[in-house]
Amino acid sequence: MSEARSEILARIRAARITAPPQAPPVAPPQAPLSVSPQAPPGAPAPVGLVGLFCERVAHYDATVRRVATDSVAENLGSLIVAGSKVVAPRGFPQQWTAGLNALVVDGEELTKRDLDGFATVLSTCAVAVAETGTVILDGGVGQGRRALSLLPDHHVVVVKESQIVAGVDDAVGKLDPRKPLTWISGPSATADIELVRVRGVHGPRRLDVVVVGA
Amino acid sequence: MGEGLLFGEGDFPTRARHALADGQLRANLGAATTTIRERRAAAVGEVADWEELRSAGARIKDGSLAALDEMLVDFEEKFSASGGVVHWARDAQEANAIIVDLLNRSGAAEVVKVKSMTTQEIGLNEALAEAGIVAWETDLAELIVQLSADRPSHFLVPAIHRNRDEIRHIFQDHIPGIGTGLGNDPAELTAAARSYLRDKFLAAEVAISGANFAVAETGTLGVVESEGNGRMCLTLPRMLISVVGVEKVVPRWEDVGTLFQLLPRSSTAERMNPYTSTWSGVTPSDGPSEVHVVLLDNGRTNALADPVGKEALRCIRCSACLNVCPVYERVGGHAYGSVYPGPIGAVITPYLAGVETVASLPFASTLCGACYEVCPVKIDIPSLLVDLRAKHVAEANRKPLRSSEKVVMSALAWVMADAKRWQLVNRLGPLLGKLTRYRWARLAPLIGRWTENREPPVPPAHTLRNWRNNHQGLGEGMRHE
Repeated sequence: MSEARSEILARIRAARITAPPQAPPVAPPQAPLSVSPQAPPGAPAPVGLVGLFCERVAHYDATVRRVATDSVAENLGSLIVAGSKVVAPRGFPQQWTAGLNALVVDGEELTKRDLDGFATVLSTCAVAVAETGTVILDGGVGQGRRALSLLPDHHVVVVKESQIVAGVDDAVGKLDPRKPLTWISGPSATADIELVRVRGVHGPRRLDVVVVGA
Repeated sequence: MGEGLLFGEGDFPTRARHALADGQLRANLGAATTTIRERRAAAVGEVADWEELRSAGARIKDGSLAALDEMLVDFEEKFSASGGVVHWARDAQEANAIIVDLLNRSGAAEVVKVKSMTTQEIGLNEALAEAGIVAWETDLAELIVQLSADRPSHFLVPAIHRNRDEIRHIFQDHIPGIGTGLGNDPAELTAAARSYLRDKFLAAEVAISGANFAVAETGTLGVVESEGNGRMCLTLPRMLISVVGVEKVVPRWEDVGTLFQLLPRSSTAERMNPYTSTWSGVTPSDGPSEVHVVLLDNGRTNALADPVGKEALRCIRCSACLNVCPVYERVGGHAYGSVYPGPIGAVITPYLAGVETVASLPFASTLCGACYEVCPVKIDIPSLLVDLRAKHVAEANRKPLRSSEKVVMSALAWVMADAKRWQLVNRLGPLLGKLTRYRWARLAPLIGRWTENREPPVPPAHTLRNWRNNHQGLGEGMRHE
């Protein structure tokens, strides 16, 4: 172990003598804060939650639509610019991509520059948050590696209603932090110039969210 | 003690005077801080239990600081178990040396960087330049600052002191291939930055980031951002190095839920920032195959050893206190001379670097308390400022007489300690006033700095004491009525 490590740890321990902690070492767990009504585990999300999610997504300059299970393919088709190159991760449901002729399924042979050449990427998500209009990807089936949902300029995310939770704390509770997580709330944006919000910097400039009912 | 770019030349009053004379700067800052203040108030107003959330944030950070050694060891174990490499750095120099060494071994001549206060604090870009390595700042505002060889003046909006016309000129002068046709519309300027950086992201072999938090129980790091430059850097290169202050660690994964609610609303006034990335070591075939973290002290254990100052280590760098501060709004970030400006900078910098190194900073405040009110982790900044002022005064008192303030105060104390001396001086004052045709205070260059912006009082012709002596009878009479 390094000298720096032992010295820093020794200094931290010494600090407890000059400035004794008043707080317990780990704060007691708390009930989730700032959430709207919560769905019981496993039950479909109440309509109010889905409605709130859609409203909050739309607030970010993203488009959002609620569709029935059997019309996902049709809706995905209509979101994609005709003739543009589309990529999807492995495990993205095939019945949803039925009408897409030019679809490429991601594999290790695709380089960063290859991914950059796609106009649109399709993905599912792990969890979505109503209160903040956030979709969260964890690299699971249908979501792909992180570079995939980043380099194409247009990202279409399919969210199942049952994946929507009320608040941020609920989402944190459902996620596995050992997986690489990406929380997405609207298209990439900046307000670095005079605090004027500009949509689209390096991440996808267009984000479409498709919410699928039960 | 903390080092690096924690402090610069000169003191706050000198730099502030310079900044106050810049009308453009004050206009840019005034417009920006007013806007962000209103937006934040709306975003926070939406949360019914905001006060409880603040208390929860403070408890989480205090809890972590109470057992920081265990938290760090725990983090190290978990992060290493999933393929990450943990380094420890006592100060800026040591951190920079570790990074330069990693880069030299990787053979990379260029790195892409995610905006990070910690890497600014240690002066990493300067150290890399010395080692012949080019660092590209990829956050839009950081890019603006870097291209114009400027210094950031805000945590969150580093180029808050620049307006669109100035930024247009910077891009025209420094981005190859940009012609005079570039307009000043923020969308157009942003698009120019996007195309300039795209190839750098795709080509980069190594990225350097900070982290907004580290989770002890899971060995997780996280970066909160808006533009997607963070995702590019965290995902595309082969190697990732993150520089993280030791105070960034929180005990449990569930604690980030509280921070995710506090930070975006306080910082950019959003319900949630566009992108947050978290990673725990290496993920096979997804993202960098080599992941390092440098845990940095650089004065943080000084602050931790201070019973009052350790509260400053709760800071999550949201910058809400900058935006509400009447002093920051007028002088801007550069006047503080530290990479950490504003109210929180005026406390963090001295606790990290030592009060006497930056003795003028704790006085760069009106103690109005607006910073405390907006702080998402309830740092009582005014009380910390007062503590630092007291420390400076105690330190100054140990030195022989030097400042005019001390000379005047010592003389006054001597005079007031004895009734006869006090009466004598009382009689001298009006006499002095009469003798001098002009205001007596101007006679004293000693207090010139005090009189610079204030009208000095003219000593009255009569003191209360001699008025009473002359009106003894009247006073008695009034008392009987």
